[in-house]
Amino acid sequence: MILTIATRELRGLFLSPLAWTLLAVVQGLLAWIFIILVGDFQNLQGRLAGLENAPGVTDLVAAPLFRVAAWGLLLLTPLLTMRLFSEERQTGTLDLLFSAPVGISTIVFGKYLGVLMFLLILIALVALMPLTLSIGAALDFGKLAAGVLGLTLLASSFAAAGLYLSALTMQPAVAAAATFGLLLAFWIVDAVGASQGTISPLFAYLSLPRHGDALLLGLLRSKDVAYYLLFSAAFLGLAIRRLDNIRLRG
Amino acid sequence: MLGENAMTGEILLQVEGLSRCYGESQVVDAASFTLSRGQVLGFLGPNGAGKSTTLRMLAGVLAPDAGRIIINGADLLDQPRRARQAIGYLPEQPPLYRELTVDEQLRYSARLHRLDRIASRMAVARAKERCGLMDAGRRLIGNLSKGYRQRVGIAQATLHDPPVLILDEPTVGLDPIQGREIRDLIRELGQNRGVILSTHLLAEVQATCTHVQIMQNGRLVYIGALADLSRQRQSSRLRIGLNAPPPLAELSQLPAVTQVEELGGGQFRLHHAVGVAPHQALIEHAQAGGWDLWEMTPESAGLEQICVELMLGQETVA
Repeated sequence: MILTIATRELRGLFLSPLAWTLLAVVQGLLAWIFIILVGDFQNLQGRLAGLENAPGVTDLVAAPLFRVAAWGLLLLTPLLTMRLFSEERQTGTLDLLFSAPVGISTIVFGKYLGVLMFLLILIALVALMPLTLSIGAALDFGKLAAGVLGLTLLASSFAAAGLYLSALTMQPAVAAAATFGLLLAFWIVDAVGASQGTISPLFAYLSLPRHGDALLLGLLRSKDVAYYLLFSAAFLGLAIRRLDNIRLRG
Repeated sequence: MLGENAMTGEILLQVEGLSRCYGESQVVDAASFTLSRGQVLGFLGPNGAGKSTTLRMLAGVLAPDAGRIIINGADLLDQPRRARQAIGYLPEQPPLYRELTVDEQLRYSARLHRLDRIASRMAVARAKERCGLMDAGRRLIGNLSKGYRQRVGIAQATLHDPPVLILDEPTVGLDPIQGREIRDLIRELGQNRGVILSTHLLAEVQATCTHVQIMQNGRLVYIGALADLSRQRQSSRLRIGLNAPPPLAELSQLPAVTQVEELGGGQFRLHHAVGVAPHQALIEHAQAGGWDLWEMTPESAGLEQICVELMLGQETVA
């Protein structure tokens, strides 16, 4: 049942020009950055050869690429999630889901999974770029996998937040703006007091990219993974409550 | 699911004390009624009477403040899945995705109602045939006309063969021919199901429904068989045309006539008690008095009048 809803969501995305545009723009920009990174690496290669424990091609090309991709996700996820519930409410199609023998959590998880599948396709396309380097260079696949996992976790938290906010309004544009603002706030929350070097541990913990950086560099820590899972679970829970409320209030 | 030897008369939908308010205003106030197999229940009332809200609650789209809804033996609150499986719901705005084709939309809906892949393909084919959508399967819903969308909506509501159909203004915005097709379809669907449809067209109720209930200000003011409704009539009317009319007083002294209205152009409306028609006396008097009678039409479109009377009666009580 979840899968039925998820596939329709994914289909809906690919039937709109928006999804294709986003894929094309992200892929084009990241390819450009990838070429620059590879060029830089070639220039550095001679000097690196003499160093002991020198950073490899994965550290110098894949990790920075993923970091840019993380920014890209921050910008485009709101555009993907904005229509999830707001449009269904506006056009009345939510009635179909509400009157069907399907629970509210199933609806929420189905929609979430649909967006997630799209984001996974996008991340896979990004990951293919450094993978092509394995033709001529020795890649650290462990680090690469950690980076992909990092991006996936980041994307899933973005999507969960966007999904919740799209259930709050009937206007997709409002949902997109709110999602973007919220994600950006979580992104820069650790900047408070950063200039004095006195970051509150709470704000540091809340910061979205702080947990991702380690993963993008290939360091897999359970507390980072837990952070993202908690972040997503919290917003999915809120979305379920919100939809319950829509049914109650009308 | 619909049994082969479906008995008519079995109660499919039972509503008790259903209430709902939006903020301060009580939109639906303690509505109770039942719907049996074989019934097509016309749900009448002026705009804003609470019809749509009632139907939304029956479909499980809106939670009631109070009351119980039992659909095909399953309580909508306690066994939501079983109850929802037994209803097909067409809201005022058919819930269709513009970017899907008719086939995709129907298949999705069938899957949502827990039909497996093979069953849903068969159900889609059956629903399309029933609703005259055989050639429209590959068309985009966004490009369909209003009438076709309505048909897709009905096809969607009947896909999983639910015993109870809830249709909110199914013929609104359709041209007369489309409207008649949909009405024929509803009558056919109602033969072995229970159908409740809301409308504010009396003609539609007369053409399709076996039973009627009237809602006014959130309260049900009348529930009964369509045939019984005409017996609710307080008086009947006769429209007459005279070329040489006598004074009004003389007309109102005709036997059984209770009231006379002058319509202009030599036409009058005679109100008379139900069951005693004054036409015989009228003809005799017209002949004797040389009134030159040229028209005599019983105004038995009475259902409209009855509904208005019921609604107005409610208003004066309230």
